[in-house]
Amino acid sequence: MGDTILKMRHIDKIFPGVKALSNVDFNLQSGEVHSIMGENGAEKSTLIKVLTGVYPRNNGTVTLYDKEIFPKTPKEAQTLGISTVYQEVNLCPNLSVAENIFIGREPRKFGFIDWRQINKRSQELLHTFNIDIDVTKTLDNFPVAIQQMIAIARAVEIDAKILILDEPTSSLDEEETKRLFTIIRELKKRNMGIIFISHFLEQIYELCDRITILRNGELVGEYITTELPKVELVAKMVGKDLDSVKEFDKAAAKSIPSDQLFLEANNINCIGKLNQMDLTIHKGEVIGLAGLLGSGRTETAEILFGINQINKGELKIHSDKVQLSNPMKAMQKKIAFCPEDRKLQGIIGDLSVRDNIILALQAKEGMFRHIPYQKQVMLADDCINLLKIKVSDREQLIKNLSGGNQQKVIIARWLITEPELLILDEPTRGIDVGTKSEIQKMAVTLAKTKGMSVVFISSEMDEMIRTCTKLIILRDHKKVAEIENEEISSENIMKAIAGGEN
Amino acid sequence: MNIRSRLSTAIASQYFPFFVTVSLFIILYIAGIMNYRGFTHAQVFYNLFIDNAPLIIVTVGVTFTLLIGGIDLSVGSVVALVCMSLAYLLKNTSIPVFAAVPLVLLIGIAVGFIQGYLITMFDMQPFIITLAGMFFCRGLTAVISRNTIIIDNPAYAALASERIRIFDTGFISVGAIVAIIVLILATIFLKYTKTGRTIFAIGGSESSASLMGLPVFKTKILVYIISGFCSALAGIVYSWIMLSGYTLHGLGMEMDAIASSVIGGTLLTGGVGFMPGTLFGVLIQGIILTFITFQGTLSAWWTKIVVGALLCVFIIMQALITEHKNKLSSSSSIKSDK
Repeated sequence: MGDTILKMRHIDKIFPGVKALSNVDFNLQSGEVHSIMGENGAEKSTLIKVLTGVYPRNNGTVTLYDKEIFPKTPKEAQTLGISTVYQEVNLCPNLSVAENIFIGREPRKFGFIDWRQINKRSQELLHTFNIDIDVTKTLDNFPVAIQQMIAIARAVEIDAKILILDEPTSSLDEEETKRLFTIIRELKKRNMGIIFISHFLEQIYELCDRITILRNGELVGEYITTELPKVELVAKMVGKDLDSVKEFDKAAAKSIPSDQLFLEANNINCIGKLNQMDLTIHKGEVIGLAGLLGSGRTETAEILFGINQINKGELKIHSDKVQLSNPMKAMQKKIAFCPEDRKLQGIIGDLSVRDNIILALQAKEGMFRHIPYQKQVMLADDCINLLKIKVSDREQLIKNLSGGNQQKVIIARWLITEPELLILDEPTRGIDVGTKSEIQKMAVTLAKTKGMSVVFISSEMDEMIRTCTKLIILRDHKKVAEIENEEISSENIMKAIAGGEN
Repeated sequence: MNIRSRLSTAIASQYFPFFVTVSLFIILYIAGIMNYRGFTHAQVFYNLFIDNAPLIIVTVGVTFTLLIGGIDLSVGSVVALVCMSLAYLLKNTSIPVFAAVPLVLLIGIAVGFIQGYLITMFDMQPFIITLAGMFFCRGLTAVISRNTIIIDNPAYAALASERIRIFDTGFISVGAIVAIIVLILATIFLKYTKTGRTIFAIGGSESSASLMGLPVFKTKILVYIISGFCSALAGIVYSWIMLSGYTLHGLGMEMDAIASSVIGGTLLTGGVGFMPGTLFGVLIQGIILTFITFQGTLSAWWTKIVVGALLCVFIIMQALITEHKNKLSSSSSIKSDK
C-alpha cells in the first residue's frame, strides 16, 4: 500500500427533509482495494455518488492528491481520474471492443482516425489482462464478464487513478469472478486505488485490504480486513455491539403457530435467484427471512408471490401441489405481497387513498365486476380506522401522505383481500419509530387473531427478534440456517449470517 | 461445426446486412440480364444513378438521423421547398444562379438546426418534431406559389442537361456525380472522424456515450443539420431533373428514403448502418422500377408492393440478427470463448 491519494472529510449530504450523509470520512490509498460496506439505508451509494459527481456535497472536503476537487458530473470526475464500472456496463454494444476502449481519445493520423493503431493498442492492453479476443468484433458478441473487463480496460487506458467497481460480480459465475479478481490484483500492482462494493462477504475477505463501514449515513469506522472477524463486521453493519447483544432479547407476546401447515416448499430453485431451499409456513406463524442485502430474501418472497418461477422442486399449499406462474395465481391462493420499494412497486401516487386500498381486491375480482362505490367507501373507512391511517379524508392523494401512512394503505389494500399468507418485504423502511412498532404489532396481531401466516423481511434485527417465531437465515441465495423460538437472538442471527465463524 | 461457428461470426458481423443487400442487387441484376436483352446495356445501370440521384442524397441524410436512433420526416418537404424557392428566385428576382444555390442550401441547414435544437434541448420525440417540420415546409412551399413555376434560366437548364460520358459505354448526369461524392464523403466521415464515431456511439447507447465524455448534445444537433443540408442539396439535384418548382415535389420521399436505408442495413433502433448499404437500398428500388418498365404491362405501383415486401423481410432479418447477438452475449461464458 502506498500514500493516501483520496481524502474525503466531514462529508454531509442533505436531501430535502433527510440528512443522508453526516460527517463521513473516507480514505483511499494507492495500490489498495478498499470496500465500503453497510446495510440498506447506510447510504454507501450516496457516498459514491458524491465522489463521482452525481450529487453535489453540502459540506466537507474531497481532496485528490492534496488538491480539493469539485466534480459536478461523472464526466468531470472521470477527467480528474475517477472512473466507475457499474454492474450494468456503460459501453456501446454496437461499437467494436477496441473502439469502446478508445472512443473520445482516438489516435489520429493526418486528421483521420488511425484504426490500425487503435486495434493494435487494444489488443496489447487486453493481453496484459490475459484476455485474447478479436478486438474488431462488436462488444455485443461477448459475455457480460468480458464486457466488464473491457470497461476496466477503458478506465486503465484513460489513466484513471481511482477505479470504483460497483457490484461487479453480481452477474458473474465463479470462474469469471476469479478472472476479474486476477485483473483487480494486477491493477493493484500498478498502484491504482480501487473501491470495491459487493454484498458477497467471501469476496470482500478474499480481495479487500481495508473496509469502511457506514450505518444510517454515518461512519462506523475504518478497519483492516484481516483484523476484523466476519461476525464483528456483521455486528457493526447492523449496529449492534457484540457484548450487548448477548443480553437477553425478550420475546414478548408472540403469536403461537398452529400445527396446520399452510405452505410447504421442497427443494425449490430459481436460477440466479435462489438455490435449493426448503421452507414450511404454518397457519398463524410469523416467519422472518433474515440475511444481508442481496442474500435472497426478496427473491424468496417473489417466488412465493409468483413473480419469479421455480425451475426445480415443488410448492404445496394446504398439501395441494400448486404452480404459482404469476401473481394473480398467488392472489387466488390467498397470498398477498407488500413489496420492498413502496414508491415504485406499491403506491399509485396520483390516485386517492380509497382507490389505492381497493386496487388489489378489484384486480382479484376481475375487471368487469366493479366494486360498488358505497362498498369502496365502507372498506376504505374501515381500514383507515382499523389501522389508524392518518388522512384528511379518504379521497386524499396517497402521494401526499407520509411514508408510514403510505405503507399502512398498502397493507390495508392486501388485508381486504383476506389473505392467508401476508408477505411484508421491508415494511418499516424509512418510517418513523412509532409507526414502525405499530406495523410490527399489527403483523403479530393478524397472526394471533386471524390465524394469518406472515412472512416478515427486514434488515433490522430487533424487529425480527420481536415479531418472528421462526427465522430463515439466507446467505448468497442459499438458506444457511433456521432458528426457532428461544434460539432467536441477535448473536445467533449474526453468527449464521457470517457463516458460523466466531 | 467449423462452418457453423464461422456462419455465426458472419451473421454477427456489422457488415452482414450490407452483404445481403449487395447480393440481392446482384441477383436482381443477373435476373434482369437473363430476361431482358436491354439490361445488358451499361446505360441501364447509369440510369439508376441518374434517376435516383436526389433519393440517394436524401437517404444519406436520413441515415444519419437513423444512426443516432432518431428520424427525419421533413426531408421530402424540404426538397419541395428548396425547388420552389429556387424557381421563385430565378424567375422573379435578379439573383444570379451562383448566389441562389447557396441561399437555398441555407434553408435546409436552418430547418435542420431548428429541428435538431428542439429535439435535443427539450428532449422531444424526433418523430413529432420532424412531422411538424414536414407540414410546415410543405405549407410554406404552397405559400410561395400554388402553381408550378418553370425554371427557364438558360445557364441553369444547361447545367441540368449536361451529360458526362463514361468512356464509350454511356453517360451520367451532374446530379449523379454529386450524389456519389456525397455518399463517399459521408462514408469517410462516419468511419474516420471523431464526430462520425460519436454518432454511432450515441446510437448504441446515449447514456453511455455521455458517460464516456462524448459531446452528445452538439453531435445530435449536427446530425439534424446534416440531414437538412442533404435534403436541400437533393432539392437542387431534383430541380435539375424537374426544372420546376411545385407544391407536390418530393411527396413521400421521406418514406422512400427510410425504406432504402433500412433495406441497406440501417437499424431503426440506431447505432448500426453502413453508408454504401443505403446506396444499394436505393438502387434495389430503382432496379425494380426498371424491371416494370421493361416488362411493359405492369403498373409502376408494383414497385411499392415489392419494396413493402422487401422491407418486411429485412426487418425480420434484423430482428433475427439482434436475437442471435443477444444469445452470443448471454449464453457464452469466458470459458467457451477461449
